[in-house]
Amino acid sequence: AALKGGLRSQVSAALKEGRVTPTELCQRCLALIKSTKFLNAYITVAEETALKQAKESEERYKRGQPLGILDGIPVAVKDNFNTAGIETTCASNMLKGYISPYNATVVQKLLDQGAVLLGKTNLDEFAMGSGSTDGVFGPVRNPWSYSKQYKEKSVPKSHSEDEESDWVITGGSSGGSAAAVSSFTCFAALGSDTGGSTRNPAAHCGVVGLKPTYGLISRHGLIPLVNSMDVPGILTRCVDDAAVLLGSLAGHDPKDSTTIQDDFRPFELPDLPDVSKLSIGIPKEYHAPGLSSEILALWSKAADLFKNAGAKVVEVSLPHTRYSIVCYHVLCTAEVASNMARFDGLEYGHRSDKKESTESMYAATRREGFNDVVRGRILSGNYFLLKQNSEKYFVKALKVRRLIANDFVKVFRSGVDILLTPTTLSDAAPYMEFIQEDNRTRSAQDDILTQAANMAGLPAINVPTALSERGLPVGLQFIGRSFQEKQLLTVAKWFEKQVQFPMIQLEEVKRHDSSVFQHQKSASFS
Amino acid sequence: QKVSVEMLDHLEHLALVDFRDSEGVERLQKAIQFADQLQEVNTDGVEPMDSVLEDRCLYLREDDVTEGNCTKELLENAREKVEEYFVAPPGNIPLPKLEEQDTFLQGS
Repeated sequence: AALKGGLRSQVSAALKEGRVTPTELCQRCLALIKSTKFLNAYITVAEETALKQAKESEERYKRGQPLGILDGIPVAVKDNFNTAGIETTCASNMLKGYISPYNATVVQKLLDQGAVLLGKTNLDEFAMGSGSTDGVFGPVRNPWSYSKQYKEKSVPKSHSEDEESDWVITGGSSGGSAAAVSSFTCFAALGSDTGGSTRNPAAHCGVVGLKPTYGLISRHGLIPLVNSMDVPGILTRCVDDAAVLLGSLAGHDPKDSTTIQDDFRPFELPDLPDVSKLSIGIPKEYHAPGLSSEILALWSKAADLFKNAGAKVVEVSLPHTRYSIVCYHVLCTAEVASNMARFDGLEYGHRSDKKESTESMYAATRREGFNDVVRGRILSGNYFLLKQNSEKYFVKALKVRRLIANDFVKVFRSGVDILLTPTTLSDAAPYMEFIQEDNRTRSAQDDILTQAANMAGLPAINVPTALSERGLPVGLQFIGRSFQEKQLLTVAKWFEKQVQFPMIQLEEVKRHDSSVFQHQKSASFS
Repeated sequence: QKVSVEMLDHLEHLALVDFRDSEGVERLQKAIQFADQLQEVNTDGVEPMDSVLEDRCLYLREDDVTEGNCTKELLENAREKVEEYFVAPPGNIPLPKLEEQDTFLQGS
């Protein structure tokens, strides 16, 4: 039962009262990780250190001196965050075997509060992708592929077909983290979000995915993709837990000069949030081509929910939305070209055996270390940054970025508090279908609803809403004003309470740990 | 317009990453085509936006050494080293030009 509860409301109390110990929690999670290995959510499992951390936490609870709500809580971290003494690979050959000499600030903060680091989760190589299918350790499988809810709705396969072939993707690029939280192997996970990489898999895996305001949480130790857009992302099973994580991670970091210096005060969300005084904006451009009719209907229903609760619901316009993907394409590849330049084989990571010259060693190292997606973005980025091209592409994109950001400023200035949009165009695609298109095409399609928030630096959150006709999770997204996470999360919590998203009923795993999964009859939204 | 061989060569030298095959070149072509859509947007009088935090002062800390002395840790991840040096192959030797290389362009 402890594995299902909210951190503040249930787990923390259970730990303090000794009804469950940190070691038990840790062991349970480690066992679940083993039994869900087929999901491929974890790249590295730090079993020894996790058990050690759990033991230390247990001592603190025995002395009546826990460090806080996160003390003893098993967490997982996306494998593009540096973790001291633990391999950090970014799911790339370039960093296979790389043992970080330091902890990313967010990792250090979690450890300082007693969290138990179970391991590093799988992703698209260097966080480039929207499926968590393009890493060197293979794709991540969505736990919902193995749920009763999905299996009930699938067409039964003939004996000759591999029963396993219709599993669906997690979305990406933080798919491993989303799958880890969704399958109960940890209470919370860190992801990263540059174009939607935390919210997209959160939507597909039925978990809460928070993208904080740019500048709120330190990026020190997060291996960068796009320095001006990257943020650490938070994945949890409920909005209250996301607030707890946010409280422990946010705040100025002297090691990251892009973190703002304002004081951040951790907050608790009201038990009974009130949305009647709010104005909810529905951006019409988010009715994007390809949006499934199911999600459109859910979005509309959600708007009605707010209306019925007394909120003001208005249609708004963000006219430059359709250019955010093109803009992102140029800015992302340009920053990637720069950020990937550090991988030359000399100081860390993969090094080729070629030794005729420095340049030939660099070139061979990078050819051997990076996959096609990464190399493609580096080359495109260099093209857009050439002297003869930079005005036309790079600078132009920076101007379009301002237009996109200004769209949001105008809407928020007109009295709208929160925007309500879909998170993804549809529910999770089967892997076999997803890989029919190349990474760039997929990313361009899938990022359309999430990318603009990164462009403008705004906070955004995915809240699991309902199950699709195929029995898979669908989420809706709320976008808030800069640094107004409290309001954003309050609205998200209210919505979460309204929709009562059903708990996943994992079939395969049930046999191993039957006490964890209790059938819960809950009024569902759809 | 197709990207010229000189341009491909130039990019490979700048990026120190190769296109590997015609698919790689196609990928670049498509990327450029995609990016050309930006020209549709009217950006007259619009200033480029480098950072969403442009209205704030960037934090600059004091110029004091607060950490360091971690030579050993930093060298641990390097494959080739001598004493406290990272060892690189000889420099100042340019990569061969695309035409001189045994690449896909010559059907290798």
